[in-house]
Amino acid sequence: MTRVLVVAEHAAGKLNGSAAKCIACGASVPGAEVCVAVLAADGAGVAAETARLRGVTRVLHVRNPANEPALAVVLAPQVAKLAAGFDLVLGPSTTFGKDLMPRIAALLGAPQLSDVMAVESATRFRRPVYAGNAIATVDAPSGRPVVATVRVASFAAAPAGGPAPIETVALDVPLPTSTRFVSVSAARNDRPDLQSASRVVSGGRALGSADNFKLIQGLADKLGAAVGASRAAVDAGYAPNELQVGQTGKIIAPELYVAIGISGAIQHLTGIKDARTIVAINKDAEAPIFEVADLGLVGDLFSLVPEIEKLL
Amino acid sequence: MRRILVGIKRVIDYNVRVRVRPDGTGVVTEGVKMSANPFDSIALEEALRLKERGEADEVLAVSVGPIESQQQLRDALAMGADRAILVKSDTALEPLAVARVLLELVKRESPRLVILGKQAIDDDCSQTGQMLAALWDRPQATFASKLEIQGDAARVTREIDAGLETIEVDLPAVVTTDLRLNEPRYIKLPDIMKAKKKPLDVVELATLAVDVAPVLKVARYEAPPQRQKGIMVKDAAELVSALKQRGLAS
Repeated sequence: MTRVLVVAEHAAGKLNGSAAKCIACGASVPGAEVCVAVLAADGAGVAAETARLRGVTRVLHVRNPANEPALAVVLAPQVAKLAAGFDLVLGPSTTFGKDLMPRIAALLGAPQLSDVMAVESATRFRRPVYAGNAIATVDAPSGRPVVATVRVASFAAAPAGGPAPIETVALDVPLPTSTRFVSVSAARNDRPDLQSASRVVSGGRALGSADNFKLIQGLADKLGAAVGASRAAVDAGYAPNELQVGQTGKIIAPELYVAIGISGAIQHLTGIKDARTIVAINKDAEAPIFEVADLGLVGDLFSLVPEIEKLL
Repeated sequence: MRRILVGIKRVIDYNVRVRVRPDGTGVVTEGVKMSANPFDSIALEEALRLKERGEADEVLAVSVGPIESQQQLRDALAMGADRAILVKSDTALEPLAVARVLLELVKRESPRLVILGKQAIDDDCSQTGQMLAALWDRPQATFASKLEIQGDAARVTREIDAGLETIEVDLPAVVTTDLRLNEPRYIKLPDIMKAKKKPLDVVELATLAVDVAPVLKVARYEAPPQRQKGIMVKDAAELVSALKQRGLAS
């Protein structure tokens, strides 16, 4: 049996979509028993939501006002304590998990596998390296804890099941106060979340301005899609950083990805290669994006996008 | 002395199209251009700016890697680092091992701030900074897009999935850099000459008495599956009907 501990990401009383992906990854390990750690200020709702996911055998619920807003330095020693007796400790390959999991690994003296995209056995995993230009098959040791982050785009979310029992755990761990949360600025909108959306419309440098970027939003709304952006568009200030798609931004796997005015730099393509259908609109017929697009259209985006919107 | 320690990793240049060896033992490195990891250059630039603003007295660039990494450290000295240390390792080390090596250097050098890249563009692990912070029992501020020193603390804006988060960390601390923290300066020719006189110490890994034994084993490397090239449509109407056919638009 492989004992798996998943660290659940959540915010504002809601479980993050990445948790169900991590649970699915954990459950795909042969002979796995998956426990999920919910560390929150209160977290009763999040724990209950977690317990209703298939594959979860137990939820470990840790309540502490210091747990929100989430700080890696505060969460890591608690998870490290919870991790005693577990073989595999999983977290999402989101900025939350990327920040937290290596800190846990170091406290455990454990190795970490980043961005796990496939589970081949209890100790053999596949992960991308060199911005996805190579896939490494990695053997982890058995008989000692291993930490991993899960590439959420590579796993289907665990469906409803359970409910699994929820165990309230009191941890006696000294927590540092040397890190203080100040603020978070998030552009809240009513569009689908980029990471988990089934449709995404992205804009690139060819949009030319933040004002023109509204074209992308218009088409996205028409398709019920999330909005994304290339690194060039974010660097130019047309779109906020959290919309960046690519190796250094978000890696996504929607049913439909529409790339508008995006040339298709390798680091961008890494972020979308698991999309089901890729549509590219670009005025340059030689743009690398057309090498991976299922449907390509060469032309001026400023006339094509309004036309497409009208036809939808 | 208010010292900033910066990590520099020698990696395949980001412009190189990386190819997997036919036998699956790694990627092709023969005749391939090597450079400092781009996120590490951002880390160095930030350290230099802090020094120029009077927030630091010395910038120390360190690398853990093969002897050839001296080249990237010379570049770091030319960019403006005051001195450099190479911990020479003939084999590639896992992030936890690198973090342990860096901890040894941190104990010797007592930096006020350690700035590392958020990830290396070869193994894409994104672990070393967080691991060093944990072993050192100090705060971490990862994926930084803005960094300000305020007395004995640093205020750091972080690029997170939801947007931008600002945290305050007591110093010393570990900061890892994201792309938009700064744009590294170019090296000028006279600075390359001057850098030759700056100290670059080479330390043998074995002399540090750190546990660096590998724990993970890569069984093989493969090229990723290639997507098939699709079809070109001639206009908006054809595109929309193709989308409707595939059930991707109503």
